[in-house]
Amino acid sequence: MPFACIYIPDFPVEALLRAEPELRGQSVAVLEGKAPLQKVFAVNESAHRAGVELGMTKLQVEACTGLTLRPRSLLQEESAHAALIDCAQSFSPRVEDTACDTIILDVAGLEQLFGPVSKLARDIAQRASDLGLEANVAIAPNPDAAVLAARGFSGVTVISEGREAEQLAGLSVQVLFADKQAPQEKEEAAQFLETLSRWGIRNLRDLAALPKVALSERLGQRGVHLQQLARGETSRTLVPAEPPLIFEEMVELENPLVLLEPLAFLLNRLLEQICARLSACALAIQELRLELELDYARSGADGSADAHVGTGALVSLPRAKSRGPGRAQARQIFHRTLRLPVPLLDTKIFLKLLQLDLQAHPPGAPITKIHLSAEPARPRAAQNGLFLPPSPEPEKLELTLSRIAGIVGENKVGSVELLDTHRPQAFHMWRLATGESQNRRSDKKAKTDSNSNGTCAVTALRIFRPPARATVTLREGKPVRITCTKQKEIAGKILWTAGPWRFSGDWWEQEGWARDEWDIALQQEMGIALYRLVRDSLRGQWFVEGSYD
Amino acid sequence: MSSLPSHLPMAITPVWSAKSRPSCEKQLNAIPKLARVTAASKLTVRPRPEMVSTGIREIDLLTGGLPRGCLSEIYGPASSGRSSLLVASLAAATQRKEVCALVDTTDAFDPLSGAAAGVEFERLLWIRCGTNSPRRHGGTENKYGPVEQALRVSDLLLQSGGFGLVAIDLADVPVQVVRRIPLTSWFRFQRAVEPTPTVLLVFSQTPCARTCASLLLQMRGQMAVVRHRSSGAPTHTELFEGLQIEGELMRSRLQRKPVQSVRAAFATKAVRAG
Repeated sequence: MPFACIYIPDFPVEALLRAEPELRGQSVAVLEGKAPLQKVFAVNESAHRAGVELGMTKLQVEACTGLTLRPRSLLQEESAHAALIDCAQSFSPRVEDTACDTIILDVAGLEQLFGPVSKLARDIAQRASDLGLEANVAIAPNPDAAVLAARGFSGVTVISEGREAEQLAGLSVQVLFADKQAPQEKEEAAQFLETLSRWGIRNLRDLAALPKVALSERLGQRGVHLQQLARGETSRTLVPAEPPLIFEEMVELENPLVLLEPLAFLLNRLLEQICARLSACALAIQELRLELELDYARSGADGSADAHVGTGALVSLPRAKSRGPGRAQARQIFHRTLRLPVPLLDTKIFLKLLQLDLQAHPPGAPITKIHLSAEPARPRAAQNGLFLPPSPEPEKLELTLSRIAGIVGENKVGSVELLDTHRPQAFHMWRLATGESQNRRSDKKAKTDSNSNGTCAVTALRIFRPPARATVTLREGKPVRITCTKQKEIAGKILWTAGPWRFSGDWWEQEGWARDEWDIALQQEMGIALYRLVRDSLRGQWFVEGSYD
Repeated sequence: MSSLPSHLPMAITPVWSAKSRPSCEKQLNAIPKLARVTAASKLTVRPRPEMVSTGIREIDLLTGGLPRGCLSEIYGPASSGRSSLLVASLAAATQRKEVCALVDTTDAFDPLSGAAAGVEFERLLWIRCGTNSPRRHGGTENKYGPVEQALRVSDLLLQSGGFGLVAIDLADVPVQVVRRIPLTSWFRFQRAVEPTPTVLLVFSQTPCARTCASLLLQMRGQMAVVRHRSSGAPTHTELFEGLQIEGELMRSRLQRKPVQSVRAAFATKAVRAG
C-alpha cells in the first residue's frame, strides 16, 4: 500500500513566497519576535548559502547585501497549509495532516486514475507548484519512509518496496528529528544526535547496521524505533484528516494601501490562490467575502491618505471625518460581500466585480489587512438545449449588471416583481436571475398565473415618477381644467373625462390609501394626449400619475 | 478599369480575358493594398434576417414582425400607442423564453401594464435611468444625464450579448435632446447588434437613428374608447376602455420593393389596479 508525502522545505519562507512570488529566486529570511529582538526564524537555500543562519539577530543579517527580510506571518502560513491540504485532497481522500509542512496521503489504487506512481509524484509536485508551493514529494511503501524521503531528498523520489533501507541509507540522521518543534522535543533530539555523533553514526545506513539488542540496551525503545525508521520497517495506520471546506486567504500589509490599483494587484493574487485551491477541489465560488482592516488613525494622523485622493482613491473622506472613530477604535473592519447568481471560477471576473464594488463603495481609510474568503459550491453543470433561445452568459451578465449599477445605481437595475396588494405601484426589484433558476421560477409562475391575454394589446401607462402635482378645476364634480406646475405641457382645458375609478386599501393599517382615478384628454401641440389624473381622497390632493401611450 | 490606381503595373491593366483572369487576380493579390479587397463577384449576399412577432397581429401583418440583428425604430407623439407596442413586444419575447432588457430613460415603465400584457418579469432586465441616480462617494451627483446613462447602458447590454430583445425607451425625452444624440452612437449599436439574434428597438417621439434603422414605424393614436358602466353603478360614470391606434410603415430595408405607405389599425385595452 504506497503512501505519498508532500514536504515543503523552509515552510515559513515558502508561505511568504506564495504571497509574494516576485521574491522567488532572491535570498529571503523570515524574522520572528518583537523589535528590536527579532531573530531569523527561517531562511531559504539562497540565504543559507549567503551565510544567514537560524537564530541570527536582525542586526546581524541586515549587513548581508541582497537579503530580503520579512516578518513571520502566521496568517500566510495557515493559508499555505490549507492550500497544501487541498493539493493532497485533490489526489486522494485519505490525507493525514502530519505537520504544518508535511502531508501524507494514501495513494493506493490511484494508478488507474493518474498512471504510474512516478507520474503521480510528478503530478503532485506540479499541483503544489501551481498553488505557489515548491514541494518535495516522495512515494514509499510506508508513511514514515515517505516522510523521511521527502525530507531528505529534494524533488520527486519513489522508493520501491523492499528497497527502503537501501534508498534511505544515504540520509543524515538529522532527518529523523526534523519534525521536532517543541523545546522539550528539541532538547531530546539534541541529546540523541550528540550520542549518535559520539558513536560516529552520521547517516541512516550506519544506524540501521547497529545491533538491535545493543541499541535497545543503550537508547531504549526510542532507539529501536529510530533504527526501524532508518531501515524503513515501521508500519502504522494513517490518521486521515477531514478539514472543513474553508477557503480564505489573508495578507497583512506593512504599509497601508490608499489606492485602488495596488489593492487590485493584491486582490488578484489572493483570488488566484483561492481559485487554484477551489479548482483543485473541483469547486467553484458562490459567494465572495472581502474584509479590509482599516487604519483610521493613520489616515488622520499623517495626512498621507489625503495626498492620494483622486482617481481610483480608496480614501476620500475629509480629514475631520476620518478621525471620527478615535484612537481607541482606530482599526475597523470594512466588509463587502459579492453574492453570485451561479457558481463561478474566473479570477478576472471576480477581480473586476470587486473593483467595481470598491469603486462604488470605497472603504474610506487606509487598508492594513486584506482577508478574502470564498463560499464554495459545486460548479455549474448545465447544458443548454439545442433549440432553446440564447440567453446572456452568467459570467458576462454579472459583470454587465455591475457596470450598469455603477452608472444608474444599484437599486435601479434588475428584475421586477409585483407585490400581492392592490396598492398602486407596489413592486420591488431584485437581481436578475439566469439559467435554471430563471426557468424554474418562470415555469412555476406559468402554472399558477394565467394573467396574459393573447388576444388584445394592453394600453400601457407611462408613469411619472414622482407623480406631478396638479391644480384641478371641477364642474359638476368632474375635472374641466388642469394646471401642472412641473410639467408645463399638462395644462389647459380638459377635452373629455372618464371615471372616476374609485378604490382604496390598507384602511386597517396606518398607511391606508384611497383614491379616485380619472382619465382625461388634453390638446397638445402634436395631438391629443391622454393622462391618468388621480385624487388622493385622504389628503385631498390632485396629481397626474402618468400618460396612456 | 478607370477606377484602378495609377501605380498598378502595366502588365495587369490591358485585356481581361477568361484565360488571363487567374493570373491577373494573382497579381492583384500580390499588391498589398488590394490584397484585402474582396471582388464584387465574391461578395456574399446577406441572408434575410429572421423576423419575430411584435405580439400585435396587425403590426406583424404590416411589417412582417421585428427583424433580428437590426435596429428598429418606432416613433410617434404622446398617447400614440408606442408603449403599448413596447409591452406587447416584451411580452412576446419573454414568452418565447428570451431574456429581454428595457432601458427606461425616464423611468416611466409601469409594471402593472407589463404584467397585464403578459410580460414574464423573470426574463426582463429593467434599467431605470433618470435623475435618481447614485451618488458618488463624497456626495457629488452622478455625472451622467438620463440620456447618456441610457446610451452607455445600451452599449454595455449590446456588447454583452445574449439578449433576445433590447428596447431603448426615449419616448418621453424631448425631441431636441433626442436629435442631439450623435449618429455614431446609432451606428455603433447597429454594428453591435448586426451579428447577433438580438432585436434592438428604439422608441422616441421623432426618428433619431436615421439611416441606421432597418425598420421605421410611425404610430398614431386615433381615438379613445369609453364605455358606460353596467347597471348598478352610478349613472354619471363612464370608463376609459382603450385606444384605437394606427401604425404606418415608413421605411423597411428588408423589403426589396419600394415601400408604399401602408397602415394598420388595432385596438388596445386599458387595465386598472384594484
